[in-house]
Amino acid sequence: MTSTLEKKEIDKITVIAPDPSWESEVREAAMRSIVTKPGKNWWIAVSLLSLVVVAGVGAWIYQLKHGMNSAGYNDQAFWAVYIADVVAFIGVSYGGAVVSAILRLSGQSWRAPLTRLSEGMALVTVLIGGAFIFPHLGRPERFLNIVAYPNFSSPLVWDFIAIATYTLATAIFFYLPLIPDMAVAKNLVDTGGKRARLFSILSLNWMGTKRQRVLLHRVLTIISLIIIPLAVSVHSVLSWAFALTSRPGWMESVFPPYFVIAALYSGTALVIVTIYAFRKGYKLERFITDRHFVRLGYMMAALGLVYAYLTVADMLTEGYTGITTGWIQQTITGKYAIPFWFYVIAGEIVPIALVVMKKTRNATGMTVAGVLVVISLWVKRIVIILPAATQPLISGQWGSYHFTWVSITVTLAGVAAIPLLLMILFRFIPLMSIDEMEDAGPLGSIEQISKETLKAAREESIPEPSKEESK
Amino acid sequence: MDERVGESGMKLLFNKNQGDINGDSEKTSEVSRRKFLKIVGMSAGSVAAVGAGIELIPYRAWADSNPNGWGGNSGVSGMSAATMGSGQEVGNHQWAMVIDLRNCDGCKSCTAACQKAHYLTEDQTWIRVFEMGDSQGNSYFMPRPCMQCENPPCLDVCPVHATFRTDQGVVLVNQGRCIGCRMCMAACPYQARYFNWKAGAKYPDTGVFPTLKFPVPQRLGTVGKCTFCVGNLNHGLMSECASACPMGTIYNGDMITDVAINSMGNTVKLSKFLYDNDAVAYKDENNTHPRVWYIPGHGQNLDTNATTG
Repeated sequence: MTSTLEKKEIDKITVIAPDPSWESEVREAAMRSIVTKPGKNWWIAVSLLSLVVVAGVGAWIYQLKHGMNSAGYNDQAFWAVYIADVVAFIGVSYGGAVVSAILRLSGQSWRAPLTRLSEGMALVTVLIGGAFIFPHLGRPERFLNIVAYPNFSSPLVWDFIAIATYTLATAIFFYLPLIPDMAVAKNLVDTGGKRARLFSILSLNWMGTKRQRVLLHRVLTIISLIIIPLAVSVHSVLSWAFALTSRPGWMESVFPPYFVIAALYSGTALVIVTIYAFRKGYKLERFITDRHFVRLGYMMAALGLVYAYLTVADMLTEGYTGITTGWIQQTITGKYAIPFWFYVIAGEIVPIALVVMKKTRNATGMTVAGVLVVISLWVKRIVIILPAATQPLISGQWGSYHFTWVSITVTLAGVAAIPLLLMILFRFIPLMSIDEMEDAGPLGSIEQISKETLKAAREESIPEPSKEESK
Repeated sequence: MDERVGESGMKLLFNKNQGDINGDSEKTSEVSRRKFLKIVGMSAGSVAAVGAGIELIPYRAWADSNPNGWGGNSGVSGMSAATMGSGQEVGNHQWAMVIDLRNCDGCKSCTAACQKAHYLTEDQTWIRVFEMGDSQGNSYFMPRPCMQCENPPCLDVCPVHATFRTDQGVVLVNQGRCIGCRMCMAACPYQARYFNWKAGAKYPDTGVFPTLKFPVPQRLGTVGKCTFCVGNLNHGLMSECASACPMGTIYNGDMITDVAINSMGNTVKLSKFLYDNDAVAYKDENNTHPRVWYIPGHGQNLDTNATTG
């Protein structure tokens, strides 16, 4: 929150005395997933999701044995669903970085209840996205050849370096704010138990001293600053795997920002879906309010408009002169018209309308919009990849990709792995950053800054509470 | 002669500043400018060609602007010497191919022979015969092997150096190293690369262990492509496609000895044959510099040399 902590400011940290009732409330809520034994529904959900993941792994083994033709690939559809999955999953991971890093750097104290969930989502999705490189490869067992014989002029080697670095940074970014929480958590579970020991190790002897606090804040600021350009670079480099070929439809200078914005857009959408699910599952309505959803919804809608703009810019530039119109024609009116227009309607018009209309501007409305955006942005990735991959470069027929049970099962396994890993992860990790919540205080949670409060604040011409907090 | 080739090719590429300073003659500065543009990733030719929608770059234009180059002498081409790179030796052969489209009747014997020799599946058309439309509304046939580019895009994008270029100018795939990412398929502007998608394609026990030059049987999950049958060529044999062609369409050539032959027993002086018959390189605006040359046309017999039957 505070970027540079001078000596004077160190004292101010202690000045903000946490409200004891707020503190206990936060601790109880954040530890809910750890302390309470999981209910029947949790077990049912986890077993169903595990089944899907196991089915996906089985399908992948089948694919390894029978060749990638069983996943619908052929020479004119050499890149298809799996690379779309890689781009989509790593893309949504970006949402975690946005909500945490950007909001942290800009001192938005309302982010406090959301950071942990969004960082967890970022970590889980980048791992899944990275894992989808394996079904994409014809010879996954030789994957480490990239380390053994790297060709540094290949965009895929850049991809490997960028994704590996980003994954590491995401893990660090997830872990650092966790340190003070682990110190709290170890006192809230049975002492001597396995979890207490785990928490104790992870807390790195956190005592909450001034020095520790200053250090942590500094490091968090630095890593927030690092993770944003890092995430931008990952999605730019991912786009170069396409844009550095001579294929019409891929060789576009707009591709890096196009991919970055797609990642932000779908990522924000998945943050909304994630916090909705966890708010519902663990009854966090007291902390994660409708206004959180609305604010994220505004962000999502703005990003959606930028993405629509880039889509138009890309297609108009390519299509107007008529040099390379084949893929545009196929996208708008041809083979890929249905998925493309699905994206336009479900990925742009409907979600933005849901944000704009006052009636739907609430948690449910935003979540519906989020689900639509996540799905249609995956579809959009398919629409970006397939027309350019299947186009005939010399003459003859357009190639076509057919979804098979293998590729569908493997992809669904990735989808199921997100909630599964999140549910398991948050059995060991507090749902909200206790430290940040206590720092932000009850005034920091935007429920308190209701319209009435703001109105009163304006009338009395006192500074807004949130500003006072961040001083 | 050869040394001068090296001057105009190598020197200008690697000492472009020197070329600019000493560039008194118009030609030198023109060439050096082109080399410079090439270094920054585009060429004057590519801009013009894309603008006009041209996909064929004539051999003659290149030969005329490079009188010291390959055309007209028996040495290594200036073009290939320059693109070999400083670290790579120039081998004792530089294999090339000429496809005389005037003779091709689209029988696809070349494809069949190739598939038989390499035990490929039906989809794996390492040499594929495309039916192309011309501006008059007619169509002609164009066999497309791997172009064995001097500047292969597939080689640049391979993350593990599985694709490489030999000192004889042939681009090969190390199927023992390929990870199957298919980035090369994305990068190839000629659709010349084919993946091994299916397990259980029936490969007979040929008793041969797959080698780099003769990757038979193909390995599942890796990329394969035309090898120019470089093993045949090195043993004085023709490539499978060329020897199977009943029309003598396909010529195997060597740029060092400046000779090309086809299945009809015609032997031609490669550079003169290309020059006199208006040979073109396909999609050279991508800066690939193919080693496969096409002689355009269909059914005509405009040849001045004894090349067609």
